[in-house]
Amino acid sequence: MKALWARRNLVNVIAFTVVLAALGAVDIFRPFGLSFSALTGRVVTLDTMIRIGILTIVVVGLNLLMGYAGQVSLGQAGFYALGAYFSGILSTLATRHTILPGITGLWWWPWLMIVVSMILTGGFAYLVGKPILRLKGNYLAMATLGLGVIIHILAGQFPDITGGYDGLTGVPRLSIGSFTLWPMQRYYFLVWGAAIAVIVISLSLVDSRIGRALRAVHTSEVAAEASGVDAEQYKVQALVLSAIFASLAGSLYAHFQGAVSPSPFSFRASVELVVMAAVGGLASTWGAPFGVGLIYVVRDLLKSQLERLLNVRSGEYELIVYGIILVSIMIFMPEGLTASSVQFMQGRRRRHGNIEPQRVQSNGTVEDLGQ
Amino acid sequence: MLKLEQVNAYYGRVQALRDISLEVSEGEIVAVIGPNGAGKSTLMNTISGIVSARSGQITFAGVPIAGCRPEQIVRLGLSQVPERRQVFSTMSVADNLVLGAYHRYRHEHKETIAQDMDFVFEIFPRLKDRIKQMAGTLSGGEQQMLALGRAWMAKPKLLLMDEPSLGLAPLLVKEILRVSGELRNQGMTILLVEQNARAALDLADRAYVMESGEVVLAGSAEQLTADARVQTAYLGRKPVSN
Repeated sequence: MKALWARRNLVNVIAFTVVLAALGAVDIFRPFGLSFSALTGRVVTLDTMIRIGILTIVVVGLNLLMGYAGQVSLGQAGFYALGAYFSGILSTLATRHTILPGITGLWWWPWLMIVVSMILTGGFAYLVGKPILRLKGNYLAMATLGLGVIIHILAGQFPDITGGYDGLTGVPRLSIGSFTLWPMQRYYFLVWGAAIAVIVISLSLVDSRIGRALRAVHTSEVAAEASGVDAEQYKVQALVLSAIFASLAGSLYAHFQGAVSPSPFSFRASVELVVMAAVGGLASTWGAPFGVGLIYVVRDLLKSQLERLLNVRSGEYELIVYGIILVSIMIFMPEGLTASSVQFMQGRRRRHGNIEPQRVQSNGTVEDLGQ
Repeated sequence: MLKLEQVNAYYGRVQALRDISLEVSEGEIVAVIGPNGAGKSTLMNTISGIVSARSGQITFAGVPIAGCRPEQIVRLGLSQVPERRQVFSTMSVADNLVLGAYHRYRHEHKETIAQDMDFVFEIFPRLKDRIKQMAGTLSGGEQQMLALGRAWMAKPKLLLMDEPSLGLAPLLVKEILRVSGELRNQGMTILLVEQNARAALDLADRAYVMESGEVVLAGSAEQLTADARVQTAYLGRKPVSN
């Protein structure tokens, strides 16, 4: 049974990688003069795809924390901000003030700083997580919300270091030796490579002893402890891992934008991350890229189409329709995109032909019940 | 094997356990009976480390365990079937059982764990039929079987059972108790908390009666079954009859 799980995961990962690589290749080779955005009818641009990839990394982590360990975080954008700011500051400030001359200009310096940011953010999450994760439910939500807000505000202070509300500029492009990961077509592969790596880590974690322990903590903390699972430890570890993922995403964002400012890391961003995780399906690793993707596409479509259709300047209308779409997703697909579409496909197959009854598992995968 | 001396436990300022002393020897089934709110479940949670004792000594197999974390206590060989079963409802029956063997997973062969799982299916064949089903979809009785099987998977020396009969049909209560007896015959020591005093006294060797956080009576199961106070309060007999 175990081998079969692993094989299914492997097939999914390979398929996903191939599709994304093919999409990325379109913009490099331009077959028949096609570009990526022309391929999607100008709905999804390469820029959007990169942003989806970056947020996928955050949402995979959030999914581990909320979907598997069952701990709410309304401050995930805070960890995302920490990654972006640490990376931004460490890769620009040292150069600007000629600290460590000769080293900071080298190509591997920003990469090293990405790793340092992940360590710093992870360490911070550990220190904060110990006291915060004693709280449960709404109280935990409030505490994480506060954490996110504080980080967002702090990012706007200390103009000497963070650049204040104007932000930092001049964050360098990443390169390997003399091969610069820019233009966008190259950066695309870095971002999605990282996203796929994070997905693979999450998938294997979920299927392991640790994943089982996390799910146990989620359903009943008392029973998990009575079974010998150190619930507190696991909750903190899940938070730290999700913070490390968010930090990686933040760093990739900083090097993508070339600049960092506080505005994309507000409370609203934290909520949006939770929405993406929920739409994709909590406790479903594969839900992350699709949840993020759907939210992006819906928002972009509304922005571009609503004006044309209703002949009004969008703004508020956009938000109303966006809200209606979100509410309907939660009503009609309460388990999220992935689990619900799997169920839907099965329902169809069952009606049209005879297949064994199956059950969608909490992690969005399907299991035979027929014995 | 297990010894409690003058154990006190509190929830905030409310005292839940008052100077509890009790003892369980190897190979025994000991029952703790008493009304709702007597502190029976608190007693269980204090022994297993989920609630910490404010004062007093708890020794298990010669090791003082008061103040230890639950997972350390489980590793010493003491596992608990929690009240209201608390199965991992969104996980499969098989995963629930594997989680019971959580602390053995790292250093023991997967085959031994699989064999133990087969043993659970032998004593509870109904679980085997539902092996891939989510635990939350099982009936109450099946969940109790699963909770018992899960605790057993830790290969404990002492099993704490908190209200195994809660909300179960009489036939299922019988089944659970039959299995408990069987486990004892295989050398398991059991400390059982029950509101269903009759069933508990039928099964146990010795028993304690708890009322508002205190042990008010102790003795062999026969003695207590014959005790007038126990009969009127817990076995539903009129004071004069018998």
